[in-house]
Amino acid sequence: MLVLDCPFCGPRNESEFAYGGPALAPRPADPSAVSDADWVDWLTVPPNPMGEVEERWWHLRGCGAWLTVRRHTVTHAVTEVRLGR
Amino acid sequence: MGGNGWRLAEGGRIDRSRPLRFRFDGRDHVGFHGDTLASALLANGVRLSARSFKYHRPRGIMGAGVEEPATLVHLAGELASGNRPATTLRLSDGLEAWPVNAWPSARLDIGAVNQMIARLIPAGFYYKTFKWPDWHLYEPAIRRAAGLAPAPATPPDGAWEARHAHADILIAGAGPAGLMAALVAGRAGARVILADEGIEAGGSLLTRRLSIAGAPALDWVTAAVAELAALPNVMHLQDAAVWACREHNLVMVEERAPSRPAILGRSWRVRAGRVITATGAIERLMVFEGNDQPGVMLASAAQAYVNRWAVRPGRRAVVFTNNDSAYAAAADLARAGVEVAAIVDSRDPVPEHARAASAGLPVLAGHVVRSTQGGRALRAVTVAPLAGGGARRIDCDLLAVSGGWSPAVHLYSQSRAPIAWDDRLAAFLPAGPAGPVAAAGAADGALELGVALADGAAKARAALADLGFAPPDAALPEAEDLPYGITPLWTVPGAGAKAFLDIQNDVTVADIELALREGYSSIEHVKRYTTGGMGLDQGKTGNVNIIGAVAERLGKTPGEVGVTTFRPPWTPVEFGAIAGRRSGPVVLPYRHTPLTDWHMDQGAVIYEAGARWRRPGYYPRLGEAFQDTVNREARTVREGVGIYDGAPLGKYEIKGRDAARFLDWIYTNVFSSLTVGNGRYGLMLTDDGLILDDGVSFRLAEDRFVMSTSTGNADAVGQHMEKLLQIERPDWQVMITNVTSQWANATICGPKARAVLQAMGTDIDMSPAAFPFMSVRDGRVAGLPARVARVSFTGELSFEVNVRPRDLPALWAAAMTAGAPFGITPIGSEANHVLRVEKGFLSLGHEVDGTADPHDLGMSWVMAAAKPDFIGKRSVDLRRASGRPRRELVGFRPLDPDRQVPEGAPLTPGGRTEATEGFVTACVWSVVEGRWLGLALLQDGRARIGTRAHVRLPGGVIEVELCPPVFHDPKGERLRS
Amino acid sequence: MQRYSFLSLCRHALGQHRGWAPVWRTRPLRDRYSAIIVGAGGHGLAAAYHLAKDHGITDVAVLEAGWLGGGNVARNTVTIRSNYMRDESIPFYVKSVAMYEALTRDLNFNLMHSRRTMIDVLQTWGMVRDRRRRRLIMDIYGSTYRDIDVAELRRRIPALTGGGPGSRLPILGAAVHTDAAVNRHDAVAWGYARAADAMGVEIHQQTPVRTLLRGADGAIAGVETARGPVRAPVVALAVSGHTTTLTETVGLRLPLRTINLTAFVSEPVKPVVDVVVNCPDLGVYLSQSDKGELVIGGATDLGQSFRRDIKQSVFEDTVAAMLELFPAFRRLKLMRQWGGHLDMAHDASPIVSATDIAGLIVSAGWWGGYKAIPAGGAGLAHLIATGRPDALTAPFGLNRFRHLDYVIETGTTTAR
Ligand SMILES: [Zn+2]
Repeated sequence: MLVLDCPFCGPRNESEFAYGGPALAPRPADPSAVSDADWVDWLTVPPNPMGEVEERWWHLRGCGAWLTVRRHTVTHAVTEVRLGR
Repeated sequence: MGGNGWRLAEGGRIDRSRPLRFRFDGRDHVGFHGDTLASALLANGVRLSARSFKYHRPRGIMGAGVEEPATLVHLAGELASGNRPATTLRLSDGLEAWPVNAWPSARLDIGAVNQMIARLIPAGFYYKTFKWPDWHLYEPAIRRAAGLAPAPATPPDGAWEARHAHADILIAGAGPAGLMAALVAGRAGARVILADEGIEAGGSLLTRRLSIAGAPALDWVTAAVAELAALPNVMHLQDAAVWACREHNLVMVEERAPSRPAILGRSWRVRAGRVITATGAIERLMVFEGNDQPGVMLASAAQAYVNRWAVRPGRRAVVFTNNDSAYAAAADLARAGVEVAAIVDSRDPVPEHARAASAGLPVLAGHVVRSTQGGRALRAVTVAPLAGGGARRIDCDLLAVSGGWSPAVHLYSQSRAPIAWDDRLAAFLPAGPAGPVAAAGAADGALELGVALADGAAKARAALADLGFAPPDAALPEAEDLPYGITPLWTVPGAGAKAFLDIQNDVTVADIELALREGYSSIEHVKRYTTGGMGLDQGKTGNVNIIGAVAERLGKTPGEVGVTTFRPPWTPVEFGAIAGRRSGPVVLPYRHTPLTDWHMDQGAVIYEAGARWRRPGYYPRLGEAFQDTVNREARTVREGVGIYDGAPLGKYEIKGRDAARFLDWIYTNVFSSLTVGNGRYGLMLTDDGLILDDGVSFRLAEDRFVMSTSTGNADAVGQHMEKLLQIERPDWQVMITNVTSQWANATICGPKARAVLQAMGTDIDMSPAAFPFMSVRDGRVAGLPARVARVSFTGELSFEVNVRPRDLPALWAAAMTAGAPFGITPIGSEANHVLRVEKGFLSLGHEVDGTADPHDLGMSWVMAAAKPDFIGKRSVDLRRASGRPRRELVGFRPLDPDRQVPEGAPLTPGGRTEATEGFVTACVWSVVEGRWLGLALLQDGRARIGTRAHVRLPGGVIEVELCPPVFHDPKGERLRS
Repeated sequence: MQRYSFLSLCRHALGQHRGWAPVWRTRPLRDRYSAIIVGAGGHGLAAAYHLAKDHGITDVAVLEAGWLGGGNVARNTVTIRSNYMRDESIPFYVKSVAMYEALTRDLNFNLMHSRRTMIDVLQTWGMVRDRRRRRLIMDIYGSTYRDIDVAELRRRIPALTGGGPGSRLPILGAAVHTDAAVNRHDAVAWGYARAADAMGVEIHQQTPVRTLLRGADGAIAGVETARGPVRAPVVALAVSGHTTTLTETVGLRLPLRTINLTAFVSEPVKPVVDVVVNCPDLGVYLSQSDKGELVIGGATDLGQSFRRDIKQSVFEDTVAAMLELFPAFRRLKLMRQWGGHLDMAHDASPIVSATDIAGLIVSAGWWGGYKAIPAGGAGLAHLIATGRPDALTAPFGLNRFRHLDYVIETGTTTAR
């Protein structure tokens, strides 16, 4: 049970949030202009470091904001929580 | 009692005026309030109290607390529970306990024959044998022999309570360091939770004779406890084990006997700013032949029994040590009237302060205990110089051993803080940088009282400073203690097949040597091969000795051999305590529609549909068979009128300047061209190009839509939309509101649906021209404010009447009354399934199985080719570009019209036993065709319409004829009527 | 290799067991091999064994960062089964289950393989449908599922007293997967290691690989270890959870992310459950080991994690789910709990594949990979030896992602 410090609501238990997957790069503005390989890479290859990773969390049972959380995949230490991307 | 000489006439923390009767191993005994089962057994002269796991060797009580490796019992009756160390069981009146591993009793144990074949069953023997002809031949007997106590057969009476708490500082352990830390933190005004697993506070001070500030140490404990009790910011829990220290300082505490009736225990989840683990240290055994005999006991345990429980654990004792702490134990034993025949110390010389502490007792420096004599009770030990030479026999019935101290770093290590080997103390010590979890006192290697008190205070001050509190000025109390020094002796020369490293799992020095000889040289290999340290006590007394023994044999330091990771729990915790009140609907909440009770009153069979909604499956009439019910309900809709509870349907309002643009982006088709009051069916994909959901959206205003989603997917759709909006398009002005529970609906469907609505009374113009298919109107129905949508999931004329949830029962009642002349009938999800299959409408989890794309489902028309982009488009196009054959939606009719095809059944070429080419997504008895028919996803299916395919079943093949996936009103005239 | 048997055990007992030889040898690390396998876990060791046995290739180094058998093979719930849904998956797992059955004899090492049967407890109609679909397609490949009613279920598992008519999720039925088995995980690793070592494969423990090495032509050239560089024209990665950590060193991006699975064991008790009980609707499964511990597994942790523990909330959910069906286990005690991390592919199916870097092979994406060790190891060995996948692992190539042709096991069971 992590504690995530929502910019709107303050520190809250993980149980108030829904995990929304790893933070991908911004979706290409015009996917048809992107090569097949680049599209597949964007879609299927998330960063997977033994270290800090950015991921999306939805404050579902709180303010409803989508947040980007920077969390360490070994220590669980959370070093940043920000609104949106 | 009394007369046997084991119980001292005075002293101890027992209440001699409150005798307690108890039964152990089939015999009756009496102890006192304040006893543990272990102290009471010793006071009754019970020495043989257990049998070992593998060899069924006689065992006694070896420890005095959670470290006890030998005497495990299971309790009968109300307290039924297994594998409890006798040393941690508070004695109660009428307690009935049985030793585990012994049948029929510890005194006469049939399994003891294993001792005779001990040589045949060394470590890992089972990997080498029992292979022929098959493990199954041997497994049942092995399983029966394993497993200690019987499993509980009935749920306990009562419940566990859960509490959530926050603390600035949580302190685990109320020994000297923990109490000192709590005093410092409490006086500074921090919110403190102090939790200790003992029955009373004091830790090691309860079992030793020490002084603080010139008075007995327990006076200081009493004063400290009183001061803490008076501080409103301090919560002090006793009989409360801190069993896990987890991510973000979430600390789990199991309070075992809260003073509240009908509560079995209380599980605390404490979020702490800082954690101080003042969990003490655990004494180690010495390792020599026969070190497991009843009568061999940890020196600290023997000391605890005389001091705390006023029990002599023997009449004539030998003390065997490699460190200083046992000298104080020897002195206390002597003071209690136990004759101390000798202190055998493997060190030479012995420090003067140690000799002084036990003035007058004979010391054999540079000597070791080589072996023990006696079977079920110790009679003598053989002592010899460590360097070799003449052995001598010393008669005794108690051998108090001390192999040194291991700080209890478990909780500290669980928090992922590192530990490291310390040569001076011959122990693993906390080695992490200052962080949110700190160890204090003996758990931090401060094994002398004065140092422990100072360490407790220092750790509290550091935590206070981190948290922004001003640490109070307070002088440390003066304390006297014996200095601690050790020269480790991991195994006594000659230790072999009867020298136990792990008492509970019967792991000997010979086993370790065998493992090393066979190449299992990593400490993890040794432990797994021998099972050392894998018992219930998690190796509390044995782990470090195993590491030491391995290091000695590999010529490494214990630090190089390494320590295994400490994992929760610190001590075993009941699953009931972990789950607390979470059971039944607390685990899985029900979702009821406003009509669930009505459906149940009507005798409907309730299904748990997607997202935990409870809705009617079908409404059987008395004596009616399942299929007859479904046929009747389906036929009603095709020929007359039916009504169903659509409340669970997912609904979202999508509002804002960019709402239409947003829908264009998340749906495959175009919504911006939709005119107000009209609706459109849409398919929603993920960017993987797979179908997430389908549904109809209506435009209520230029900037306002209401979207319906499938019941089971409503939450996923909400998450999908919000994420896309907030992460990818934060600049778009769109507001998404889940209105699933704000709008409930009854759907009235069938050729007579319009007539029923008119009979109910409505101000909406119901004429087909004024209220066409796929449009929505606000108005009143049966006097209730309503939003009526002309959508159809059945293929018939259909009105979805949305009202406030509280109005749904009234609306429903009005429909039933007004519809009675038309034969209105409630229908459940089974009939709905038939109707939608006849019409070829898609269903999530059936046709939409997580692999199909819109083209596969014959819905290329929803893929707006003109739109440059929508979610999923790029991936659908990419996947299609591979040219791989696709599984496409088709209809089918079994050649035998009476042959039902199981849903999910595979289609294979020619019905042969080979790779499938598709599967049956649905098969129903059609009321319009009067036969079985269905839908399937089949490789290149559309091109094969008109030909035959084969369903392959375990019992045979069903031949089917392929047809377009619509069996009823292909032109859609009825639903538009 | 010393043969193991009851007779050999008796003979050695006479010599106080002093005559047993090491099960594997420690040899000097050379600077060149024909092939390197990184990771001495289940898949890596099985691949080494099959390279030697099936392909006669023994100039192989298995490089292990810690101790052999110390990865996920050391910390899983040993559920072996083949109840899958797709043509790509079922035959692979059927083969793997069959190979396990013969493995005790093949390795001359008692894996304590016990064909224990798995019973799925079905509590929603959706799950009933899911199991029917599996049963019908599994039959094509010789894997079995048999429906039983609730009375039969309760007869088979008397301790399962929850899920009654008035309960939150009444049991609707059950499906029996008789092919399922459990065995002793350490023995699997040790048995493969001993047999591979006997055929000449070198296993180097405490030899962490720091980076991969590429040659001037871009092909793989070997690895850089903490003990120096080791060269080989073929390098296979079988390092569950750490695949991307290594491939990133040569700029190779893979559709994997590392996550956590939870498991825990109870105190040992006398026999109470003699099958694997899987409760997919509640998200928990359990079996009882020969030592008497109940081995319980369940939900995955949310988010990427390289930890070997599990968050408290996820753990508590799994405990509560178990108690729904086994209410008497409230009095049973938790003895030990842990997590294992593994890398999950974007479509949640495994990857046994060549890569864009010539000579670099990965075996990854295994969750529930324990049951796949024999066939996965044989497939990996085939790929190393021939450069081509065998028929059973061919569907699990990385090239499937090129056109997003996912292998999706919809509604995969809880039991991994
Ligand atoms: Zn918030």
